[in-house]
Amino acid sequence: MSLLELKNVYKIYGELHALDDVSLKVEKGEWVSIMGPSGSGKSTMMNIIGCMDKPSKGEVLLDGVDISKQSAKELTTIRRDKIGLIFQQFHLVNYLTALENVMLAQYYHSLPDEKEALEALDRVGLADRARHLPSQLSGGEQQRVCVARALINYPEIILADEPTGNLDEANEAIVVDLFHKLHNEGTTLIVVTHDPEVAEVAQRTLVLRSGRLAKEVVNQNFTGQIHFDRS
Amino acid sequence: MKKSTMFVRMITASLMRRRSRMVVALLSIAIGATVLSGLVTIYYDVPRQMGAQFRNYGANMILTPSGDSMTLDDVAAGAACIPSDQLVGMTPYRYETVRIRETPVVAAGTDLESAKKTSPFWSVEGEWPSANGELLLGAAVAEQYRLKVGDTIEVTYTPEELADASADPATVTADEMILFDVTGILDTGGSEEDHIYMYMADLETLTGTANKADVAELSVSASGDVLAGYVERVAQGSDAVSARLVKRVTASEATVLSKLQALVLLVTTVVLALTMICVATTMTAVVTERRKEIGLRKAIGASDSSIIKEFMGESMLLGLLGGVLGSMLGFLFAQEVSVHVFSSTISFRPLLVPITIIVSIAVTGLSSLLPIRSATEVDPALVLKGE
Repeated sequence: MSLLELKNVYKIYGELHALDDVSLKVEKGEWVSIMGPSGSGKSTMMNIIGCMDKPSKGEVLLDGVDISKQSAKELTTIRRDKIGLIFQQFHLVNYLTALENVMLAQYYHSLPDEKEALEALDRVGLADRARHLPSQLSGGEQQRVCVARALINYPEIILADEPTGNLDEANEAIVVDLFHKLHNEGTTLIVVTHDPEVAEVAQRTLVLRSGRLAKEVVNQNFTGQIHFDRS
Repeated sequence: MKKSTMFVRMITASLMRRRSRMVVALLSIAIGATVLSGLVTIYYDVPRQMGAQFRNYGANMILTPSGDSMTLDDVAAGAACIPSDQLVGMTPYRYETVRIRETPVVAAGTDLESAKKTSPFWSVEGEWPSANGELLLGAAVAEQYRLKVGDTIEVTYTPEELADASADPATVTADEMILFDVTGILDTGGSEEDHIYMYMADLETLTGTANKADVAELSVSASGDVLAGYVERVAQGSDAVSARLVKRVTASEATVLSKLQALVLLVTTVVLALTMICVATTMTAVVTERRKEIGLRKAIGASDSSIIKEFMGESMLLGLLGGVLGSMLGFLFAQEVSVHVFSSTISFRPLLVPITIIVSIAVTGLSSLLPIRSATEVDPALVLKGE
C-alpha cells in the first residue's frame, strides 16, 4: 500500500479548477518534487496533502485513511501525528527561542522533551544556536529550525513548500543536504519548488500545469548520496 | 518536561519577550482596575466620610426623660449604650427660667465644651465661656437688653414656690443672684438666640438643685439602620431615658448619602463597561496581529481548545498583573480623592485586593474570549500563504 494516494482529485472554486482530476501515488521513503508555474495548483495540492484543505471531489488516502472524509478536528490530529511542514517563510514563533519553537511541535503532539529537541537542532547543525530567538538567526538558520521542528515528531511524511525559496546558495545547499540525510533515514519527502535544480535532486519530479498532472520525470541518476552544489 | 511547564514557559515568553505590546495591554487593564478599585473603595468609605461631614449639621439623636425627669447620670447611662468610637459628642441641657433686669429669660445650663462638638454650626461673636461666671447670650436676648461682649449682668432665679406665692412681680424676692461676664453673642438663626447659655454648675448654684437634665443632644457618627439600631439599644439599656432621632438631620443625611452612593455606583458601572470595551479592543488588536502565529500553531497540530487555552492563559495572566497593580494604585487613587474631597485619609480594605484581582481577571478573560474564539476560525492554509 502506498503511503499517499490521490485518486481523481478535483478542487474547484466556482469556474476555476485548481486541481483537475489528479491521481498520483507516493511510496513510503520516497522523495518526490512537485514543480509547475504559478497558479498550476501546487499549493492547493500541498494544502490538501497537508490536511489543511479538502478536495471538492476524489479520494486522498494517507496511510490508508481517506482524509477527504475527515472532520476538521480529525484532520488536525492527522496533521499533528503524521505530517511535518516546512514553509518558505519559515513561520517560527518570534518570541520563542529556536529550542522552544521545536518543543512547540512536541507540545501539541505529545510531551515536550528538551533533550530530544536539542538533538533535533543538533541534527540540523544548530545546537549552539538553540537559545537564540528567530530574529537573532539568519534565514538559513531559521529554515533549519523549521526543518528540526518538522522532523521532531517523526512524521510519516514531510511536506516542504518552496523550502529554499528565501535562501542564498550556501543555505540552500545545507537544506537540500538535510533532505538527503532525512531521505537516507527513511523519511518520505514531498517538496514543492520552482527551482529545477532543487527538483532534480529528488527521486521523482511531478510537473503540474493548470491543475493537471502534466509530466512525471524519474531521476535515473538518483543515488541518495549527492552533495548538492549548484555550480 | 510536563505540558504545564511548557504552557507557563510559552505564556511568560509571550509577555516578557513582547514587552512593548504587552505593556500597552497591561496599562489598559491596570488603569481600569485602578479606577474600579478606587471607586469601590470610595463607595464603601462614603458613609464614614460623609458621616463625619454630616456631624457639622449638629446632633442627630436626642435623649429625653422617659418619665417626668432625668438626671445627668441617666443621660450618661443612655449615652453609654452607644459605642464610644461612634459618639462624636453628648451635651446635656437643663432649661430654667431666670431673670435679667426683672424680666424672665430661658437659661440653659450645659457643658459648653461638648456643645461645640454637637452644635458646630453655632456662630459665636466674641469667645465661648471658659469658666464659671461666664455666659453666652443669644443674639435676640443681647439685642433686647442692649448687651454686648464684655458687659457684666446680674442673673437671678426665683424658686417656683416663691413665684407662685405672689402674683405681683414687684413683691417677688430673688433667692439667688450671680454676676456673669458676657463673653460671646450666639448667632444660630434659630430659637437658640432667645436663650442664654451658662455652665451647668452655675445654673445648679442659681437654682440650688443639682443633677438634673431636660434633654441631651447626641452627635453619632452613623446613619440609617445603624443609627436606628442605637436608638433601640438605648431603649433597651435605660429605663430613665428614651432616645429618638432628629429626623430633619437623619432623613437628609440618608437622602444625600444614598444619592451619593448611587452616583459612585453609576460611575463605577460606567467605568467597568468602558474598561471592558477598552480591554476587549486591546485584546482584539493583540490577537489580530497574531493571526499568522495562530495559523502556524494550527498547522503544526494545535487544536482550537489548546489555542483558546493558551491565549486565555495570557489574557488572564495580564488580568492578574493588571489587578495587582490596579488594587495598589486604586488605593492611592482613593486616598488622593479622599484627602482632597473629604480632607481625611481612607481606610485600607484588604478584601478589595483579591476582589479587584478576580474582577480584573474575569473582565480580561471575558473581553478576550470573543477575539480569541474568532482567532480559532483562522484557516492555517490562508494565513501561512500571507493572505
